[in-house]
Amino acid sequence: MAILLTMPSLSPTMETGVITRWMKKVGDFIGVGEVLAEIETDKAVMEYEMPDEGYVRELLVPTGQELQVGTPIAILAASLEEDIAGAKAQAAGNGGAAPAAPAAPKAAAPAPVAPVAAAAAVPTAAHAAVQMATPAVALRSAPPPAATPAPAPSNGRERVRISPYARKLAREANLDLAALQGSGPGGRIVAKDVQSALSGGAAAARPAAGAVAGAPMPLAQPVPGGPAFEDVPLSMMRKAIARKMAESKTTVPHFQLTRKIRAEALLDGREALKAHFPALKITVNDVIVKACAAALRQHPTVNSQFLGDKVRRFHTVDVAVAVGTDDGLITPIVRNADQKGLAQISAELKALAVKARDKKLAPEDYTGGTFTVSNLGMYGVTEFNAIINTPQACILAVSGVVTEPVVENGALAVGRTMNMTLSSDHRVVDGVTAAQFMDTLARMLENPLAMLL
Amino acid sequence: MASLVAAPRKKPDAKPDELKTLTAGSLTRRQKQALDELGREKLVEMYRRMFLIRSFEQRCEQMYQQRKIGGFLHLYMGEEALGVGMLSAIQPDDYVVTSYRDHGIALALGLSPNVLMAELFGRVTGVSRGKGGSMHFFSKEKNLLGGHGIVAGQIPIGLGAAFTARYLESERVSLTFLGDGAVQQGTFHESLNMASLWNLPAIFIIENNQYGMGTAINRASAVTDFTLKAQGYNMEGVTVDGMNLLDCYAAMADAVAKRRKHPAPLLIEAKTYRYRGHSISDPATYRKKEEIERYQKVDPIQQVKSLLSELGWLSEADAKQLEKDVRQEVIEAVNFADRSEEPPLAERDLHVLAD
Amino acid sequence: MDTQTITMREALNQAMREEMERDERVFLIGEEVGEYNGAYKVSQGLLERFGPRRVVDTPIAEASFCGLGVGAAMTGLRPIVEFMSFNFALVAFDQIINNAAKTLYMSGGQFPIPMVMRGPGGPAAQVSAQHSSVLDSMFAYTPGLKVVVPSTAYDAKGLLKSAVRDNNPVIFIENELLYGVSGEVPTAEYTLPIGQAVVRAEGSDVTVIAHSRMNYFIVQALEQFRAEGIQIELIDPRTIKPLDVETLARSVAKTHRAVIVEEGYRFAGVGAQIADDVYSRCFDDLDAPIARVTHTENPLPYAKNLEAASLPGIAQVVEACKAVLYRL
Repeated sequence: MAILLTMPSLSPTMETGVITRWMKKVGDFIGVGEVLAEIETDKAVMEYEMPDEGYVRELLVPTGQELQVGTPIAILAASLEEDIAGAKAQAAGNGGAAPAAPAAPKAAAPAPVAPVAAAAAVPTAAHAAVQMATPAVALRSAPPPAATPAPAPSNGRERVRISPYARKLAREANLDLAALQGSGPGGRIVAKDVQSALSGGAAAARPAAGAVAGAPMPLAQPVPGGPAFEDVPLSMMRKAIARKMAESKTTVPHFQLTRKIRAEALLDGREALKAHFPALKITVNDVIVKACAAALRQHPTVNSQFLGDKVRRFHTVDVAVAVGTDDGLITPIVRNADQKGLAQISAELKALAVKARDKKLAPEDYTGGTFTVSNLGMYGVTEFNAIINTPQACILAVSGVVTEPVVENGALAVGRTMNMTLSSDHRVVDGVTAAQFMDTLARMLENPLAMLL
Repeated sequence: MASLVAAPRKKPDAKPDELKTLTAGSLTRRQKQALDELGREKLVEMYRRMFLIRSFEQRCEQMYQQRKIGGFLHLYMGEEALGVGMLSAIQPDDYVVTSYRDHGIALALGLSPNVLMAELFGRVTGVSRGKGGSMHFFSKEKNLLGGHGIVAGQIPIGLGAAFTARYLESERVSLTFLGDGAVQQGTFHESLNMASLWNLPAIFIIENNQYGMGTAINRASAVTDFTLKAQGYNMEGVTVDGMNLLDCYAAMADAVAKRRKHPAPLLIEAKTYRYRGHSISDPATYRKKEEIERYQKVDPIQQVKSLLSELGWLSEADAKQLEKDVRQEVIEAVNFADRSEEPPLAERDLHVLAD
Repeated sequence: MDTQTITMREALNQAMREEMERDERVFLIGEEVGEYNGAYKVSQGLLERFGPRRVVDTPIAEASFCGLGVGAAMTGLRPIVEFMSFNFALVAFDQIINNAAKTLYMSGGQFPIPMVMRGPGGPAAQVSAQHSSVLDSMFAYTPGLKVVVPSTAYDAKGLLKSAVRDNNPVIFIENELLYGVSGEVPTAEYTLPIGQAVVRAEGSDVTVIAHSRMNYFIVQALEQFRAEGIQIELIDPRTIKPLDVETLARSVAKTHRAVIVEEGYRFAGVGAQIADDVYSRCFDDLDAPIARVTHTENPLPYAKNLEAASLPGIAQVVEACKAVLYRL
């Protein structure tokens, strides 16, 4: 087979080369280790030796021309008769003899040649090497002259100097920072200043409009003559929820399907556990998380994420559970829930709920789940849809148990039922997949022993 | 004040020693004995390994030129007899450590060209999972304790392996390969001293290719006969022709035969020559073309090839076939490396610490 | 639990003796460790007990006997390399950084280096610049090494035993001035996990983080803090790498203030790293910038007054605590 030879890279930093002399001419035989050409690199004139033997069939470039590494330079073949049309076409496809752009006079100092110019001929790795050697952007060695003055505060006020902890305390108490006097260096507001303001020590301190320092009030008393509304500043958490929910609801194609299950076995089972293991305090929600984990193991498509150009299927089942706090919603995660027993899941959920309430959750506690459960059953909700906790594919909305007429063996009876609604990202999960998952889940909850399978 | 230049000494090539080549008619007694010990099959295999090193590295140069291989690339070409001869005389459980010029040593130890080429390509199938590269071939299986990137940094490691051999009373020996440049570093002297002090089975082999990077030995070392260094540490020192496969084999075979039962260190100076520059980007303009040609006339591979032919152990046709097979083996190594996966990103954080 | 009161020197000796009894592959190598019984007598009696095969006196050649340890570890032994002083480890830096720390990685996981490099570090008393280097941050900078800095006899023994059993190169920096300090140590065998800090004193006002001798002298001065009306929570990381950030962060979340004391330099010192970790983890909890008390930026001088003026003292620690409490 004919071999197309290209301008070799003869040093780690070589970007272009010049063939100073051909040591063979067309028709010559060249053996392994023989020199085909002398090439001038950025460092030296080097001999270009052949790793293969063959007849020189074409010399594609003249001497003296600066060429990008990778530019076709010659064609070798096993015999003088062999068809070399393929190699020629390949050379042409490579852009043929590509002189380094712009073909600067060779003697001139090597101007920083834009590496992109030869993108077609130079492999990607070469770019990295080249860019390392000659940074495209010159590093500034001195600050730019006439430094621009610091921008004036946009609100016309000085930036408030405050320690991070004091800021946190003030935000939690909804205190107006402008009203606080800082006692630290340079007037920095420190924790002590906030605390004394809260305990009424500092007369200057006043709460932000509409809010009262101390305990949050359930209902704002209308102030005679005051405005008919109050503006509550967004907490960081509220901002995050707002952004995330709006993005999910508007960009993810949701669909929902609802399944009603009979809850007797679930409730009886939990009562039995409560009776035998009172210390464990297993809740219905614990059992649902466990069942979801077991069902996800069987339906990996539900346990995935849509990533634009691919779907990521997780090998672990990490179930997030929505927990409401004073600030808003957060979703701590039970990792590897499919591999954990009910007691452990229950204990972890309790610990996570406490941490969530105390705002002690670390980012690793609430990021990276593969599925979410949202349970509003305890608030008497009988059916609801949840917004997908992106980038996860599905979220399960669990409603409360209802005592209602049911048909059993053709006769009317009193039964206990519960609605569960799965919201799915249709880019990942289709209707049948979602339905099959819900079927598995329902069977597990209606017959909890199935989880042991 | 006069500028500091090395005092005039005998230049290695001022009055070049006559370079000898192997011929069946003029073998020494020890060389004949080596032929008997090795036999036809083993000698042909040794020839094959030398040819494999040469072909492998020629292909490496090409792959470097095509940017499939990056970083540094220090070639062993010219020194094949040294690695193959000496490593054919040891046992698989002996320890070997060397410098960054490690391709030849790794291939001589019998490592597959596939895993070595994959290492050079930075693939996870490489002998060091793509995390070492050209200078850092390691193999637990072959007791190859590494190619090491700091000149003379590997010498104490070889000393440590010899210490283990003695500590465990295992009859193993430890081979430390180093270049002539490493002789000028402190660890060389410290390690020879300790090896001698404690009678460790440590064999230090100076691959004297006559240049430490671009500096000829007479410009770097006050003595150019390195066996003198052995005397300074009260240990045996021998010089061998590093271009001569049988001599390299015999020197190591004799060395290990004595030392397994009676541990003691040894310094071997093997005079050899590297055909290429210090590394791939060195055109070696500090050497005269005639000097290279002089050594190429006694090319270690050609020497063995013609000996095999003279002995009637390998016909011209069989040699051609062997060479063709080896070249094909190397092409397959390139294909293997090409097909192999890059290390998964998780590999970045693996092996920083052991469990 | 039965305890014994022993010096840190004896605790280290017991740790080595027990580990050498336990594992035939463990040996001690270094200058004057055998016949001289250790320059600081840490290896007292080990030659007598284990013989010259396992307690190896070396020539003065740190680079090579340290590198010997790397080679021995690669081939199945578990060396304890003693540097008579960590200042001399500088001679072996190539072996420590390029060979001990990187071989496992460069070999793609084939060659772990189970090896302890131990000895006294830090300023002693008027031994001047070249014998007073504080090198913990220089070692901790390099991935592949663990760095342990004990300050009590109990910690020294438990941590050294763990270091010997660890499959990684462990830099174990003792403190010459603490060798003679006694402490309670269980008579029964025990080990302590590497990478776990300890709270030496609980308090609510300010977290003081200090290791090695700095920790010891602050413990001695707790009364002084009480007199100043400052409740410090004193934490000894015990291990520089891996650093137990969890324990530090938990404390700072409670006190909202941190002071880091170290015997080394300020620039790129261990405290710079600790401060970075605390800032990252506890930004919203901090009521004041973290304060650091360090060696001043000069080689340690011989003259007693200049030496004292260069090293952290208790007065500076008290001052730093007041600063973060805005009580200056």
